[in-house]
Amino acid sequence: MKLLEGQVRIPSGCAISAVISREGRRQTGEKIAQSMVPMHDRSNGLGGGFAGYGIYPEYRDFYAFHMFFDDNTIRSDCERFLKESFEIVKAELIPTRKTPAITDEPLIWRYFLTPLRSTLASVQLDEREFVVRTVMKINVEMKGAYVFSSGKNMGAFKAVGYPEDVGHFYKLDEYEGYAWTAHGRYPTNTPGWWGGAHPFALLDYSIVHNGEISSYDANRRYIEMFGYKCTLQTDTEVITYIMDHLIRCRGLTAEEAASVIAAPFWSTIEKKDDGEKKKLTYLRTIFSSLLITGPFSIVFGFEGGIMALNDRLKLRSMVVGEKNDMVYISSEESAIRVMEPDAENIYAPAGGEPVIVRVRNGKF
Amino acid sequence: MVIDASNYNYKSLNEEISKSDEIIILKNCLGQRFIAAGMSDRKITIEGTPGNALGAYLNGAEITVMGNAQDAVGDTMNAGEITVHGNIGDAAGYAMRGGAVYVEGNAGYRAGIHMKAYREKLPVMVIGGRAGSFLGEYQAGGLIIVLGLNKDGHDIVGNYPCTGMHGGRMVLRSDCKNIRFPSQVTASPATDEERSQIKKYVTTYCEKFSLNADEIMDAEFTVIVPDSKNPYRQMYVAN
Repeated sequence: MKLLEGQVRIPSGCAISAVISREGRRQTGEKIAQSMVPMHDRSNGLGGGFAGYGIYPEYRDFYAFHMFFDDNTIRSDCERFLKESFEIVKAELIPTRKTPAITDEPLIWRYFLTPLRSTLASVQLDEREFVVRTVMKINVEMKGAYVFSSGKNMGAFKAVGYPEDVGHFYKLDEYEGYAWTAHGRYPTNTPGWWGGAHPFALLDYSIVHNGEISSYDANRRYIEMFGYKCTLQTDTEVITYIMDHLIRCRGLTAEEAASVIAAPFWSTIEKKDDGEKKKLTYLRTIFSSLLITGPFSIVFGFEGGIMALNDRLKLRSMVVGEKNDMVYISSEESAIRVMEPDAENIYAPAGGEPVIVRVRNGKF
Repeated sequence: MVIDASNYNYKSLNEEISKSDEIIILKNCLGQRFIAAGMSDRKITIEGTPGNALGAYLNGAEITVMGNAQDAVGDTMNAGEITVHGNIGDAAGYAMRGGAVYVEGNAGYRAGIHMKAYREKLPVMVIGGRAGSFLGEYQAGGLIIVLGLNKDGHDIVGNYPCTGMHGGRMVLRSDCKNIRFPSQVTASPATDEERSQIKKYVTTYCEKFSLNADEIMDAEFTVIVPDSKNPYRQMYVAN
């Protein structure tokens, strides 16, 4: 029997990369895909993926569900289920290029949809919460169907393969976004599955992650109390749910969420001024189960911005550079140089120090 | 001989370097790892951005980087010299036991982790700017000098320097009043004799990067050494 993810534990290595225009200028996904080339050896061909923000301006008011299906039977079942509570304004195959580097693809569809007012009224949930619950329900209960992207005016694209090939496969050169994130995966003990590639996305939140979460089970047990279901055991999935919970449900800022998942050491908190000390102590105390230990570098994407963060011991590499309105983040400087040979102010943020870049004045 | 690195992956690039003559210029380098690994008897100048583990196991070659270098510069190097006209990433000089690394700018986390000396060999790392956290983690030998010439307002070193240090010597160009060291090490102002040793390396640094050694030496230096040959004895069962 072929084992899927969730049935095998997968530690991973990986490469990450990201770019954003502070002015909200949109660029194709070609460069971000190219940025993964010099980091080729950080991946092993078992997963690559991208998230693009601002790519669906013509459907900006609709949730864009990107889905994998094992076959057309489950697709019909899933569409029937969706139509019970959503208006689907467009349903189509996601365009792909045939390439020998990417094989065994599932059915890959996207839906632009919006929850029916009548449904929302009857379940008494806000729209975003209802979308999250729908995604969870499909991913947990509908075998052979998987929602891997569910935000507005953004989308994740992922596959089993090397990231540069995945970018080619999904025709990222034909999309334009104000921000892109990318991931190349190096799971060391897995059959690999399309759903297990990064980014992990929920609503407009997405995570690409290089690392290994030592605290995975502690984090998972806590977050599952709030209705999230971790079905993949690819640790990264839990970070996406943590960010959704902290920011959307609990109302924390991205900066505060960073102080939860990469909480400063007590000895570091001790050195802060009183106000800061009080705040950090509060966050560490209230959300102690959401501290993520173990090595990581992540890029968290959200509507209008990105946040890069290292674990507080900085056990993974990450560098930041910029040029004019563009900001670049990568596991290696060489990847930044691919996107912008003349990148300036290249530096490595300290462990636990979030780098948050937002599009100015909401111009996205 | 000039090699356009953009035509090569890391493996074929090293093959080209190893069959080349003594003086080599690499142009358009972009992320190729393990450059000059284990090599001796060569002078290599690199333009562009070399990949991780530059000069790993280096055995006598001289490498000059005309820009930044990435992680693990001089990993386990044995002899030779690496000069970087820029900054370097994390874990530079990991377990190096000989040779020298000169960095014009800053170093990332864990510079000099588990550096060691071996018989007549004394590895030396000179960092012109600042160093990240865990500088000299598990240092077992050799010499790490940080000059703190960075002008970005950051401290000369991040948190937890010298954690697990049990040999060798670290020198910081600072009075170190704000730096918290572990209890197993002793930090004290450099003696005259130590200053003259330090000056030797500072002079080499200044020759490489066109700076004035006397100006740089006109400052307080702190020398950090472990308390004894085996400062962690109490953590093990005696048997």
